[in-house]
Amino acid sequence: MSAAAEPLRDTDLGESELEARVRSLWRTPRGVIGWLSSVDHKQIALRYIVTAFFFMGLAGIGAVVMRLQLATPDAHVVNPDRYDQLFTMHGSTMMFLFAVPIMQAVGLYFVPLMIGTREVAFPRLNAFSYWNYLFGCLFLWFCFFSNNGPDVGWFSYTPLSLSQYNVGHRADFWAQMITYTEVAGLSVAVIMIVTVFKMRAPGMTLDRIPLFTWSSLVTAFMIVFAMPAVVVVSTMLILDRMVNTHFFDSSLGGDNLLFQHLFWFFGHPEVYFIFIPATGFVSSIIPTFARRPMFGHTAVVLSLVATAFMSFGLWVHHMFVTGLPRLGESFFTASSMAIAVPSGIQIFCWIATLWSGRPVFRTPLLFVLGFIFNFVIGGLTGVMVASVPLDTQVHDTYFVVAHFHYVLIGGSVFPLIAAVYYWFPKVTGRMLSETVGRWNFWIAFVGFNLAFFPMHILGLEGMPRRVYTYSAEMPWGTLNLLSTIGAIIFASSFLLLLWNIVRSLRRGEAAGPNPWDGDTLEWATSSPPPPQNFTRIPVVTSLTPLWEHRETLPAVAGLRVDRREVLVSTLTEAEPDIRESSPEPSIWPLFAAIATGCTFLGSIYTPWAIIYGALPVTITLIGWFWPKGTKEDES
Amino acid sequence: MKPRVVLDVAPLPENSFGSRTLTWWGTIGFMCLEGMGFALAIGAYLYLRVLQPSWPMNIPPPDLLPGTIVTVILLISVIPNYFLEHWARAYDMAKVRIGLVLMTLLGIAPVIVRTFEFPALRERWDTDAYGSITWFLLGLHTTHLITDLGDTAVLTVLMFTRHGENPRRFSDTSDNAFYWYFVVLTWLPIYFVLYWLPRIG
Amino acid sequence: MRALASRASFLAATLLMACSHEQSALAPDGGTARAIYQLFWFFTGVCMAVWLVVMAFMLAAIFRWRGSSPDPMLEPEDASERRISWVVGAGVALTVLILTIFTFASFLTNKSFAEPRPRSVTIKITGHQWWWQVNYEAHRADQTFETANEIHIPVGQPVKLDFESPDVIHSFWVPSLSGKQDLIPGRYTTLTIEADKAGIYRGQCAEFCGIQHAHMAMYVVAQASGEFAQWRAQQLQSATPPHTDQLRRGQQVFQASACAMCHSISGTNAGGRVGPDLTHFGSRMSIASGTAPNTLGNLTGWIADPQRMKPYTRMPSVALTGPDLIAVSQYLESLK
Ligand code: HEA
Ligand code: HEA
Ligand code: HEC
Ligand code: CUA
Ligand SMILES: [Cu+2]
Repeated sequence: MSAAAEPLRDTDLGESELEARVRSLWRTPRGVIGWLSSVDHKQIALRYIVTAFFFMGLAGIGAVVMRLQLATPDAHVVNPDRYDQLFTMHGSTMMFLFAVPIMQAVGLYFVPLMIGTREVAFPRLNAFSYWNYLFGCLFLWFCFFSNNGPDVGWFSYTPLSLSQYNVGHRADFWAQMITYTEVAGLSVAVIMIVTVFKMRAPGMTLDRIPLFTWSSLVTAFMIVFAMPAVVVVSTMLILDRMVNTHFFDSSLGGDNLLFQHLFWFFGHPEVYFIFIPATGFVSSIIPTFARRPMFGHTAVVLSLVATAFMSFGLWVHHMFVTGLPRLGESFFTASSMAIAVPSGIQIFCWIATLWSGRPVFRTPLLFVLGFIFNFVIGGLTGVMVASVPLDTQVHDTYFVVAHFHYVLIGGSVFPLIAAVYYWFPKVTGRMLSETVGRWNFWIAFVGFNLAFFPMHILGLEGMPRRVYTYSAEMPWGTLNLLSTIGAIIFASSFLLLLWNIVRSLRRGEAAGPNPWDGDTLEWATSSPPPPQNFTRIPVVTSLTPLWEHRETLPAVAGLRVDRREVLVSTLTEAEPDIRESSPEPSIWPLFAAIATGCTFLGSIYTPWAIIYGALPVTITLIGWFWPKGTKEDES
Repeated sequence: MKPRVVLDVAPLPENSFGSRTLTWWGTIGFMCLEGMGFALAIGAYLYLRVLQPSWPMNIPPPDLLPGTIVTVILLISVIPNYFLEHWARAYDMAKVRIGLVLMTLLGIAPVIVRTFEFPALRERWDTDAYGSITWFLLGLHTTHLITDLGDTAVLTVLMFTRHGENPRRFSDTSDNAFYWYFVVLTWLPIYFVLYWLPRIG
Repeated sequence: MRALASRASFLAATLLMACSHEQSALAPDGGTARAIYQLFWFFTGVCMAVWLVVMAFMLAAIFRWRGSSPDPMLEPEDASERRISWVVGAGVALTVLILTIFTFASFLTNKSFAEPRPRSVTIKITGHQWWWQVNYEAHRADQTFETANEIHIPVGQPVKLDFESPDVIHSFWVPSLSGKQDLIPGRYTTLTIEADKAGIYRGQCAEFCGIQHAHMAMYVVAQASGEFAQWRAQQLQSATPPHTDQLRRGQQVFQASACAMCHSISGTNAGGRVGPDLTHFGSRMSIASGTAPNTLGNLTGWIADPQRMKPYTRMPSVALTGPDLIAVSQYLESLK
């Protein structure tokens, strides 16, 4: 090829012209169609985050209604049928539609920035996954609002969820929408693995990967190996309900514990899908505010990996009272106890980092300290319920409800809010108010503990979970009332957060690229990051690149600027290997998601929908993959 | 922060094969999760079997013939598949076209025979748990068979259009061939579990 | 007005019942519950200590530098890093040690529960949506009998419970006596309970089993063995025949209306198997699995409209005239 035919490269352009060109190359087209066609990982991640928070809001409001019903004995705020739908929607939404997706989404936003690349791997799959997720959420909540919400708990145990005991389509919606949204979760997990494996900036060897990126990677692996279990089990459930298979019918060779084994084989790792990214937030925030690199970086990475491995050997601790052989259960006590060791290592390393640093008190750090306070409580009650004899008392009581809210909220939502305060400036270019932030923290902290600490005692005093009411005969009234007051206080802390966000979006102080003087690459680019993330891909020479290079950042040249191009690097050493094109925006992922959504929805009413739906799904997929003659397709 | 150029990547290739590419890793990722699905379904089969005093419940083991034919076809298909991948890596358009047509046919054949496998189980899915889990396993694999067949067919058509002359398409072909190995490989344990396990004990 | 009156009587009755019926893991009164209680405090004590130590370190870490202005960036020194590593290492070692002790403590407690003990009484408990069927087993058929929602046991003797569930999963839990045990369709499960003191212990279904899971309680009455034998002998009898006209009318109505299709009263031709056995209903403490105390007023209310007291219960309202209703209620109350 002659030199004239050579494609245009960044080396041919001046700095400002280059910036303009790359920006317009990666920009999402304007207009509604453009918006619907976006494949920009930042936009998609943001949509995920906003959607997840929205549904968290609904599920949270549902929780407050439940709390009002439980505030006094024999209350009539909602009827028992509604109450059952409420806790099922609350649990299912919080776990499947809020906590797991939002943790993945924060990864989708920041991992490419942290590893110095311009896009995730498979951006269209990413867009597709978001639309699937959104439709799944909407369908499920639509059912709830039409008084048809699932009502058998977030784990839908059989036989209660079989058609004999659950007539209508309530459990079908649960099963199909879970499967459907998990397809999104699985896709994002694969995207995350490939992105971290193959798209790291040159020089980012394994030991220079930031801890948050590690946590996203480890989580993605766990998802790939655990989530298929819930897809399998919810599919079996719907088959039992719709076409009369007998997986869970004990009179014809099926077994109810098969459901529980399969569900918890997924369900236990799931709680770490939520917790591990949260520890990633903490490991990003603590070094920044302690003003020193993380103490025990390698130990923390190994702890994450160990947690992931061990979490696959714990599931039976949710089944201690099902009558499995008692001594066999003791193995699961031991393994559940053992998983406290890697968690402990992380806690100790965080405290050691603070100890030997010079902590700067800002709202993100405040939430992190609140996290340590609360999570250690939740972790320790986890160790208590891991003991078979103790669990026979507290299983399925409010003690367990207290345990999992301490780890889920204290251990994961607190870090999430910390992350909101920490990364909001990067995403929007504006700071959140520090004063409001402090109020936000203290209200959340007090409200949370008031809401959930009494539940420990309630559980021990014999209050089972999932009861829509209790009689005045039981001594539970006062503590329940306290808990409800706490829940309302806690809920109002979210309103404060919302207000802080809305206010700061308009009037917040300008942030600049690196307001906290952070050490990882996301702080190297402007706030908000441009569509291309980095005009020049950085070259990484240490674990804390921005503390290493305070003036100029080493970078790569030689990429084409006539098509979207990303750098593919080698797995361990991150040596640049290929310049691959990255797909441009497309509306087809949306169409494909609509076709898939309709198929899933139809399958609730007739199994034939799978057959009818195959055609539109195939057509939209062909539309998606068929080359359009653009530079990205053709080279 | 100002960039300071320290590395020139212009000489790097724009296309490659196998584990150097993103798609290959993506394919591996999906294989892992689908493989996990298969493993869990087989786990469920074994679990249900252990609970039953007799297995299959009240009927003789499935008829071996159709399943064995599928197995043989799938095993044979590995050979042209191997060559197809080779030809794709050599950017040999003529041979890739032949290979793809052949693989499409070798994808259709097991699907046809598969329709005889379901009756060979001798029991419907709604008779008892044995029927349910065997249909489930067979159905799961059939879904994979059909999706990969669809993928191969589209790729074959693509290769006969003007879009075929593109290094990317050759990489796609090699990934498609790679996935076929997975489809064949996952069948073997299922074949064993469905047809031989009830016979040996 | 009537609603108010029934509220008032309900309140009075609940006040009477309060306190005496323990349903708390913190008030153990029997073998395994007591051992678990001790284990609980052991765990809780150690965990509290662990939490305090961690908090102390955390607070010290952040207040250590209060006042000193933050450096732009710290380069950790090797010597201090090594010192901290030792402390962290010691923390991890201690964690492992504590967890090992926890595992053994829990294992040993568990093992002590598994030791076989001679059990004088065997009761089959069947969980229904949403009530408990109770069958006292014996070698001779004429020594067996059935009751519901109330279990009597002799004090100081281990009692074996065999569980069965024909519909969905329930969980049997009387916290003051023992941990819980699920009842799973298609699976055999069992539990041994024992009370150290005479008393009435409340228990409640602990596994979500549908819309009235909240009202699926039961009482365990632990009695001295003499009293227990007396109770047993009484339960073995057929129902007390009605001895006034009013009661005879009640029996008639019961047998003639839908009631008899679902309920059994031994010694009469009421032989339904859908609902609780009512042979000695008058001797029981509560109506509809602990939903309300067993008073004549509550019972009349229940029979008139079961759906109001316990919405979605599997017992329908049966249309009865006012006098019939009262007669039936009085008849059932007379079945001591
Ligand atoms: C983010 C979510 C999250 C996290 C992180 C955890 C963490 C743990 N969980 Fe939890 N769990 C849930 C979410 C979570 N859990 C949920 C949602 C349920 C209920 C589901 C349902 O039924 O609806 C549940 C239920 C549950 C049960 C079943 C209870 C029952 O149903 O009866 C058990 C039993 O073993 C358990 C154990 C544990 C253990 C041992 C840990 C450990 O990982 C904790 C380890 C951490 C620490 C111990 C603290 C830090 C360590 C130190 C400071 C070192 C020093 C410590 C010692 C010396 C002990 N959990
Ligand atoms: C991440 C997970 C998560 C989170 C955050 C929460 C949050 C809360 N949960 Fe949780 N809960 C679960 C997971 C979670 N829960 C699970 C898995 C179950 C088991 C379900 C089952 O048994 O099947 C459960 C069960 C459960 C129960 C037991 C029900 C029962 O057994 O009968 C209770 C009772 O009090 C409760 C209360 C609360 C409360 C008061 C909050 C509060 O913290 C909520 C606070 C939040 C808000 C009030 C919303 C904030 C408002 C906004 C963000 C404004 C924006 C809103 C809009 C724009 C619409 N929850
Ligand atoms: C369709 C079946 C059915 C009919 C008809 C029926 N019952 Fe019931 N009954 C039940 C069931 C089921 C329960 C258990 C309800 C619960 O606790 O949720 C019950 C509970 C009761 C109880 C409380 C028992 C206990 O131990 O707590 C009484 C008393 C009673 N029924 C009386 C009657 C009378 C009197 C009639 C006729 C007027 C009647 N029942 C008709 C099914 C029936
Ligand atoms: Cu029976 Cu809950
Ligand atoms: Cu768990």
